[in-house]
Amino acid sequence: MCLGVPAQIKKIIDADNQIALVDLSGVSREINIACVLNKDYQAQDLIDKWVLVHVGFALSIVDEEEAQKTLKILAEIGELSAAIEDIKQGSK
Amino acid sequence: MKYVDEFRDPKQAKKILKEIEILCLEIELSEDRPIQIMEVCGGHTHSIFRYGLNQLLPKKLDFVHGPGCPVCVLPRSVVDNCISIANNKDVIFTTFGDAMRVPGSKQSLLDLKAEGADIRMVYSPLDALTIAKNNPEKRVVFFGLGFETTMPSTALSIMQAKKIEVNNFYLFCNHITIIPTIKAVLDSPGMRIDGFLGPGHVSLIIGTKPYDFIADEYHKPLVAAGFEPLDILQSVWMILKQLKNGEAKIENQYKRLVLDDGNASALDPISEVFELRDFFEWRGLGSINHSGVKINNKYRDFDAEVEFKLKEVTVTDPDVCQCGEVLKGILKPWECKVFGKECTPEIPLGALMVSTEGACSAHYSYGQNIDLINKK
Ligand code: SF4
Repeated sequence: MCLGVPAQIKKIIDADNQIALVDLSGVSREINIACVLNKDYQAQDLIDKWVLVHVGFALSIVDEEEAQKTLKILAEIGELSAAIEDIKQGSK
Repeated sequence: MKYVDEFRDPKQAKKILKEIEILCLEIELSEDRPIQIMEVCGGHTHSIFRYGLNQLLPKKLDFVHGPGCPVCVLPRSVVDNCISIANNKDVIFTTFGDAMRVPGSKQSLLDLKAEGADIRMVYSPLDALTIAKNNPEKRVVFFGLGFETTMPSTALSIMQAKKIEVNNFYLFCNHITIIPTIKAVLDSPGMRIDGFLGPGHVSLIIGTKPYDFIADEYHKPLVAAGFEPLDILQSVWMILKQLKNGEAKIENQYKRLVLDDGNASALDPISEVFELRDFFEWRGLGSINHSGVKINNKYRDFDAEVEFKLKEVTVTDPDVCQCGEVLKGILKPWECKVFGKECTPEIPLGALMVSTEGACSAHYSYGQNIDLINKK
């Protein structure tokens, strides 16, 4: 349950309630972005940024290269598909 | 070496392994025993087994698997309370998948679900909130657990529920805090840990400063570490270097994500919604002061403990379980009398067999095939 997965922010769905849409290897999911907003980062600044997603919340911003490497490793050890299954589960 | 080839950068990994070996030879302990490094976080335990790191490292180095798997330290009484909540006809009980299989004194949530109770696995507390919105005639309870990593998400979901006035949503709060837990490990009699791998994603939230006392008061090194094999190897190397130089510092290997001050935007909701409990009862470790949080008065309408009038009861583990000893690093998982016999990941007797982040389950699932590979 403590596995964080990098995903890319595609769209801000509801700036007021801090909800964005991310793409994780082709799966879309709404996540909460409150923990990555501060005076330097407003919701709109986050589009196309990569974030570490943990139980539906972006916990930090990661650089793209870092995100890709992590995804590759997760895929290699077969944990990416499990994570994606979990994420799909919630959006039902 | 098969496992090294899978690393992000095999050359780098081999180089670090070599240096670790040399350092291990150079470090002198006052007694004849291996150097013991505790990985506090279950995520690290999982990675260590997943990649067979314990098999790659010198014999003189020993990982002690710490209490950082939130599912593994859930006491049976908490599972029993979950069962009593979920038994209400008007309740939809939601939780993360791992928590479903933890045995209570009579049954697990999964057993109760099989009997027809409305228990649903969710990926996020926000999903639980959505279920509450869509089922206004039901009381929807989210079973919140985990260290500081998952606290902001639960806190923000409660704040959101208040904001949009969803008043059939409740949190059964069993979040735990890392600092008192590490302190309890350090204070436990017979403690022989030489250094700590600090939990990466907890540190992402709280920063590295809260660990300062480990160096200042207990003179032990801690390195906040990432989860990939190379992260772990590098962190082990950093700890060993400190040990060799007779130092005790808090260092940060996971700088790409962890700031010394943590993430203020994640810490704020935690202090908005939660307050410290006087104590929290851990499976295998007993009661640890200030090691858990509960919902504060401002949000008490969302507190399942209030709504369902839960009582604090203590239920001891079955006598044959030695989870406590394993958690404290006194016993290795396979040294437990029931390991792999009465207690397996399919039918777990103790909580450490439930989650893949638990020491016993990780050992059972990966330990054996790694031994096989080594023999080949
Ligand atoms: S084998 Fe089972 S009972 Fe023994 S310590 Fe591990 S989880 Fe606990």
